[in-house]
Amino acid sequence: MKKLIVAAAILASAMGVAQAKEWKNVRIGVEGAYPPFSKTEANGEVTGFDIDIANALCEEMKVKCTMVKQDWDGIIPALLARKYDAIIATMDITEERKKKVAFSDKYQHIPARFAAKKGTGIELTNAFMKGKKVGVQRATSMDTYVTDNFSDAEVKRYGTADEAYLDLKSGRIDYVMIDSAAISSGLLNKPGGDAFEFVGPKLNDPKWFGEGAGIAMRKKDTELAEKFNAAIKAIRANGKYKEIQDKYFDFDVYGDQ
Amino acid sequence: MNAIGQWLMQFEYVQLLQQEWPLYLEGMWTTFWLVALSLFLGLFIAVPAGIMRNSSQAKWRLPAWAFIYFFRGTPLLIQLFLIYYGAGQFLGGADSWQVTQVDNPSAWQQIVLVLQSVWFSLCGYIWHWLQEAWFCALLAFTLNTGAYTAEIVRGSINTMPVGEIEAAKAFGMNQVKIMSRIILPSAFRRALPAYSNEVIFMLHGSALAGVVTIVDLTGAARIVNSRYYAPFEAFITAGLLYMLMTFVIVYVFKLWEKRWHKHLKPLQV
Repeated sequence: MKKLIVAAAILASAMGVAQAKEWKNVRIGVEGAYPPFSKTEANGEVTGFDIDIANALCEEMKVKCTMVKQDWDGIIPALLARKYDAIIATMDITEERKKKVAFSDKYQHIPARFAAKKGTGIELTNAFMKGKKVGVQRATSMDTYVTDNFSDAEVKRYGTADEAYLDLKSGRIDYVMIDSAAISSGLLNKPGGDAFEFVGPKLNDPKWFGEGAGIAMRKKDTELAEKFNAAIKAIRANGKYKEIQDKYFDFDVYGDQ
Repeated sequence: MNAIGQWLMQFEYVQLLQQEWPLYLEGMWTTFWLVALSLFLGLFIAVPAGIMRNSSQAKWRLPAWAFIYFFRGTPLLIQLFLIYYGAGQFLGGADSWQVTQVDNPSAWQQIVLVLQSVWFSLCGYIWHWLQEAWFCALLAFTLNTGAYTAEIVRGSINTMPVGEIEAAKAFGMNQVKIMSRIILPSAFRRALPAYSNEVIFMLHGSALAGVVTIVDLTGAARIVNSRYYAPFEAFITAGLLYMLMTFVIVYVFKLWEKRWHKHLKPLQV
């Protein structure tokens, strides 16, 4: 019996140590199919805005980071299954997601927007959207927005944004609804992109798109969230953030303070 | 009863089911008609292809062989991608292609223009169908099951007892009569167990439809997963429903076998 108590005490203290774990090695889940935020190069390496931000934050936090690639619709389940410790993948901070994961402060805020073939036009009413085919990436906040607001539209859900662009080009769908910066880089600025344009206003209603994109973590890792928050503040202050931003965009991606 | 209901509602999984069962039902219905229609249409490919495959003349045998070899030699997913993305790449927007404008066309230019307009309207018509994801899936599944079933038909024609054919010849039946009266009815009976396998494979193969935006049973499970971040619950539900559908298929084939294999049963004494 005594032995059992001792064993239990050791176990408990070991768990205590694990809780106050020093973060030396942080594994970061990234998507790798959402240019310019993250894309996979020909040699298999992932690059992009999210990856550069991740590296800058890790440098600031003085931890070693490993990037782990994961398809978007499994990216939260894989975090909960401990495949990695944080997600840096342009993930909007929404109430729905907060039920499952904890978020850092926002590190960028880019509005979502519809895009279509030039001259298509749009009205953001259910009556106008009736029967229109709208392509979204499955499990994104845009997916929820379109599903909730245009119940009579035909929503086509894709695994990656690139697949949605392909079907927009061939005429299978009438609109795509994705991050505006992703549309610019993945569709409009690509060869053949001049036949398409943004339609309708920039959309950033916090009810669906939250207050920007943050870093997602498991709920119990509050210490890690604080470290990330401090690091985001630091790279905003020391100019590192702007340096990375200017590499990919010609506008402010952080949004209002 | 109400108390049990309230007690159940505390489980997240029960809430998920309560919220999303219409989506699962809709997905199951899509899976059902997509598979049933493919299997039905596939039979119209399989029987001629299976007979042609057994022909002694190369002009019949070789096309059937090539068709079967292609569709059994490549994965169903690749066939679906070839049709879905191939159509998008080469025929995308074909319904609005415009014939070249030529002022005062010469005689041969006029012929070219007529051919062009015929070609464009043909492409436009094909694109009209292929722009629908369900049609692409239906086409891929039909051709695929057609090829596999053709091989089942061929096999069971090949294993026809020679004596029965000789007897038919002795009765003075011609080739067509031997095929329709003797070979095919017997071949269908003997092909039944192998065909039930093909039906089940097709049901499970249809899970690929979700890759091209169709909300079949697997597609429904993916949407549920994306709403609740609960992959196990989302996919186990789909898995159980597939099992249910498989159970029905197995049961129906058991009834058919009972009916058509009566002559193979030992006598009841």
